[in-house]
Amino acid sequence: MAMTHAAEGLDAPDIGVNRFAQIASLPVRQPILALSCVLLLAFGVTAVVSPWITADPAALDPLNRLQPPSPAEPFGTDQVGRSVFARALVGTRVSLSVGIAVAVLTTLIGVCIGVIAGYFRSVDKIVMRAMDAVMAIPAILLAIALVALIGASPVVIVTAISLPEIPRMARVVRASVLSLRERVYVEAAITCGGRPVTILHRHILPGAAGPIMVQSTYVFASAMILESILSFLAAGTPPDVPSWGNMMSEGRQFLQIAPWILGFPALMLAMTVLAANLLGDALRDLLDPSFAGGEMR
Amino acid sequence: MTGYVLGRLFAAIPVLLAVAVFVFLLLSLVPGDPAVLIAGDFASPPQVEAVRQALGLNLPLLPRFLAWTGRILSGDFGLSLFSRIPVSQLVAQRIEPTLLLSLMTITIAVVVAVPLGLVAAYRPRGLVARLTMAGAVLGFSLPVFVVAFALVYTLALGLHWFPVQGYKPLSQGVLACLHSLVLPAISLSFLYIALIARVTRAAVLEVLREDYVRTAHAKGLAARKIIVRHVLSNAAVPIITVVGIGFAALLGGVVVTETVFSIPGLGRLTADSILRRDYPVVQALILLFAFVYVVVNLVVDILYAVVDPRIRY
Repeated sequence: MAMTHAAEGLDAPDIGVNRFAQIASLPVRQPILALSCVLLLAFGVTAVVSPWITADPAALDPLNRLQPPSPAEPFGTDQVGRSVFARALVGTRVSLSVGIAVAVLTTLIGVCIGVIAGYFRSVDKIVMRAMDAVMAIPAILLAIALVALIGASPVVIVTAISLPEIPRMARVVRASVLSLRERVYVEAAITCGGRPVTILHRHILPGAAGPIMVQSTYVFASAMILESILSFLAAGTPPDVPSWGNMMSEGRQFLQIAPWILGFPALMLAMTVLAANLLGDALRDLLDPSFAGGEMR
Repeated sequence: MTGYVLGRLFAAIPVLLAVAVFVFLLLSLVPGDPAVLIAGDFASPPQVEAVRQALGLNLPLLPRFLAWTGRILSGDFGLSLFSRIPVSQLVAQRIEPTLLLSLMTITIAVVVAVPLGLVAAYRPRGLVARLTMAGAVLGFSLPVFVVAFALVYTLALGLHWFPVQGYKPLSQGVLACLHSLVLPAISLSFLYIALIARVTRAAVLEVLREDYVRTAHAKGLAARKIIVRHVLSNAAVPIITVVGIGFAALLGGVVVTETVFSIPGLGRLTADSILRRDYPVVQALILLFAFVYVVVNLVVDILYAVVDPRIRY
């Protein structure tokens, strides 16, 4: 399915038009795709360069605490006079790195599970029941339980957020594999005596790449939300590392007198997640126009 | 019909069993000796040994799991490590706010989202459609607590329409109780509305393409009758499905929302118990949430058969 739709969805290759022109016309053909890419890229650059372009996010300045946004401090200062701007920019690193790590881990494991369940029918039922069980536990609950029980280290946080996301990825992959393995070219490959590993690698995975890519974008988005919730509930990033979640957690006591402490990290988080979700939607519509405009995740 | 229901019922059992295994193993994931953790930091070695004996932690894994499952099936979830109250009693005290909050959230979500999705499908290029779809992406992109604080800042701190936090139990009057739950329920319903509106729109779009809808229009049936008799009843299955699937997100959201609004419900109990490392309570609550999710989805499966007779066979 995905392959034929992809061919219809993408503009026909213009002969004689070079790559550059194709990329240059992207904002016109796919404005949302282009906008979300630019936004994510901007946040990515911010994450990388933030330590060099901002003031020390941990520098205390008690005389200037709870100051509203001003030209010197565009996001204001918090309850101990730290720069909310510096902390919010540096906080980009936690969110993006957790998001990327979770997306990669979930994709790797989810694809393996989904491919095994979809291709080898004998284990399908058992594997999918186990996935159902993981999905029956609310993601937030599973993640905070794991982090609180084992201890908050980056590896545990990433694993704890990935675990509830894996079943969704596995389901998406399994569904694609199930439909792809009925294709004539796959049957032909099996008849020719191709080994399962070769068939999966050469014939099935390329066909499932589109849905996998879309799903990993959504995983990236929801991982950032989960990380902020973990930090917000004091079960995530330790307080000495600025993250949007723990900034918002500290800012909630000052919501009435200094809403900027909570507001700016919330805005940054919302924009990043929004960009990722829009990118996912745009990719999905591009790869499979029958979904255009929204459908179940 | 009975066969279908029984089949669904049996399909739910392995899922619950797998959840039980998982929750059971959670404690063995904890670094260190569970007996030492449960006995507390100040326990003497004989006390630790007593805990080990009492909980059967000296037994091998399988007998221990069987004994634990047996106790749980008989309703014995052990004592809370923090308050030394039976877990079942602790949980029972906290059910009311969470139950009311969940019901209110689902009601708000369905009442708002289904009409929005319907209009968005009928007038795909209209203003409502565009706003709904944009709002839906936003709904997926905002963590529950951000929505909650935005509402608190405007409607509670700014306009004083609702309390900033806290919960009035039903015993203090139905209206006062519902009033204290309005903001939490709206914050929690945001994601749910996004989910249901998107699916409703997609499902209705699908149905509108069907021949029977064109026929109904052609024979001059009133638009309202077409919507109720033909469109909604045929789009119902995906809508009901997403209400069931979204329930896990709702229960997770309850943990955050109740913390933000200081509501003494199951979610708050969960967050507190996890941070206090009160393992018996955490185990019981995860089991309870998973159980509720599985039951809700069982009900959803049964509703399918009621709504769509084709599924019964």
